[in-house]
Amino acid sequence: MSKLVESSLFQLTAVRFRLLLREPEAIFWIFVFPILLAVGLGIAFRNRPADVLQVGATTTQLTQALASDKGLTAATMDETVGTHALATGNILLLAIQTSQGVAYKYDDTNPDARSARLLANRAIQIAAGRQEAVHAQDRLVHETGARYIDFVVPGLLGMNLMGSAMWGLGFSIVEARQKKLLKRMVASPMPRWQYLMSFLLSRLAMLVIEVVFFLGFAWLVFGVPFRGALWELGVLCVLTSLAFSALGLLVASRAKTMEAASGLMNLVMLPMWILSGVFFSASRFPAVVQPFVRALPLTAAIDAMRGNMLQGMSLAQLAVPLGILLAWFVVPFAVSLRIFRWK
Amino acid sequence: MDESLKSAVLTQQANESGPSLLLRGVRKTYGDVIAVDGLDLEVARGECFGLLGPNGAGKTTTIEICEGLTVPEAGSVELLGMNWHSSANELRQRIGIQLQETQFPDKLTVEETLCLFRSFYRHGLSVDESIKTAQLEEKRRSRVGGLSGGQKQRLAMACALVGNPELLFLDEPTTGLDPQARRHLWDLVDELKQAGRTIILTTHYMEEAERLCGRVAIMDHGKVIALGTPQQLIASVGAEHIVEIAVTGKDENAHGVLDSALLKAIPGIQSHRVDAGLHQFSVSELHTAVPRIFAALKEQGLHLSEFRTHSASLEDVFVGLTGRNLRDE
Repeated sequence: MSKLVESSLFQLTAVRFRLLLREPEAIFWIFVFPILLAVGLGIAFRNRPADVLQVGATTTQLTQALASDKGLTAATMDETVGTHALATGNILLLAIQTSQGVAYKYDDTNPDARSARLLANRAIQIAAGRQEAVHAQDRLVHETGARYIDFVVPGLLGMNLMGSAMWGLGFSIVEARQKKLLKRMVASPMPRWQYLMSFLLSRLAMLVIEVVFFLGFAWLVFGVPFRGALWELGVLCVLTSLAFSALGLLVASRAKTMEAASGLMNLVMLPMWILSGVFFSASRFPAVVQPFVRALPLTAAIDAMRGNMLQGMSLAQLAVPLGILLAWFVVPFAVSLRIFRWK
Repeated sequence: MDESLKSAVLTQQANESGPSLLLRGVRKTYGDVIAVDGLDLEVARGECFGLLGPNGAGKTTTIEICEGLTVPEAGSVELLGMNWHSSANELRQRIGIQLQETQFPDKLTVEETLCLFRSFYRHGLSVDESIKTAQLEEKRRSRVGGLSGGQKQRLAMACALVGNPELLFLDEPTTGLDPQARRHLWDLVDELKQAGRTIILTTHYMEEAERLCGRVAIMDHGKVIALGTPQQLIASVGAEHIVEIAVTGKDENAHGVLDSALLKAIPGIQSHRVDAGLHQFSVSELHTAVPRIFAALKEQGLHLSEFRTHSASLEDVFVGLTGRNLRDE
């Protein structure tokens, strides 16, 4: 064996890696779950081609006028049948021939019905001979980067980095403490800093696999854009992972049982799942709580990743979230080193 | 030879003449409970020394103080001529430790676990040697989670040995093992003794202490209440045999009242105590004393309902000193 392989830091890191890879649940949560989530959300919130709206009319003449619009399909029906079709959602609008002209029956709280009202009225007016005052022409765009999937991928990445770093560090350390393994290690000549360092090293190695796997998938399948420098995105991921590793270490530094550790872990992570803008923009929360929301490490991480991926911002432009992340790395790490319970 | 090396060799020589372990006035309390109460101990090189006592006697606290895992409130601790304040790292390199109830990661193999522990030591056995010593060759590539209790305990021993320690601490190495696994582990300790290592072990099994240890300290309530070779300690009971009897009155149901003064007058009977209706006598001349006991009972008109004898053991030493059984607690 070479000197490197025999060194305690290498051995400790290798053990961390082996233990992680031999835990099927861990593999699921780290690799499979974020992709399932991205696929699910990608399907649910996909941008569909503009829908063709179903409408009804009481005379064939009206039906023909309506059918001439590409955005509508129309059927002829009497008023009773039409009202029933409206109530059951089979049509969005019923055009009724009256003595004065035409009446539209629809639900104005339904956006699709309001669209149908505009389209139907335009089609009927044009059929009756209306001329457009201004010539208008459509130029359609389908821009990547503005879709929900583009928004949610950096959010999922941040959430995944938080989960794997916190569980990876916190749980393993508390487990070792509970099983008296930590005590046994401390009784050997193992340098203590190497024990903690092995967690960070194995985390960073896993991080490369995890991030490349997830973002590669998002790029290939959804065509999510990468507008900022990739190495800068890498720096963001490393810093995010370090900040959450430090938090995981802090949670694990005194907890004696797994139950206590899971409780603390959820206490730390749950507010961030909701507040930090994983699935929707954090700016939707009231102004009063914004300073608090902005100071959370996950908010900073996701903001910075969206800035890099979607807006192509440089690290210099992302100084504020970077500073917040750095503080979340340094402070919990320093505190946990002071209060860490080795036995 | 450069200066530092020379001084290292000199300390080595100085160390080699002194005791392996020296405790003086060691004291440790947890809240109101005095775990270790002014303990003095001295263990020579190459000795196999046993700390025997019931649960809660302070054995584990004592051994963890020796291992540098617990800091005593008072007293001095010296191992191999060094102490934990100034030479902690050096000491950890030179001692081997097996703790009570360490659970090694289930998903590592025996070999991987030993490679990890070997990497902490500057010098030591090869992983192969330690696997061989612990007789785990067949389990080398098995995961720890699939090992039996005895095999796990032997793995813990292998981890303690992999740094080739001069001084080995074993905390209740056979607790919870079945008799066969226990004998297997005893054989392993025998081999280590023969290799000249100093071993300090705790146990609450008297037969284990008798079988393995050259000297034994019996502990109770944080103090050493007896110290010596198992033979010396057993001799201190005053007689080599123990006779236990229970009696009933003339008609079978009445409780027999034994006049113990009459029995104690019999030559060869050294002491008497009653434990849950059972009379225990320590007896030196079993072949002459027993017929006289029978005769004395007949004279008092008592029936013998139970009768047993056994050779005196460390258990009887403990009972004689404390009035309690080792496994009462």
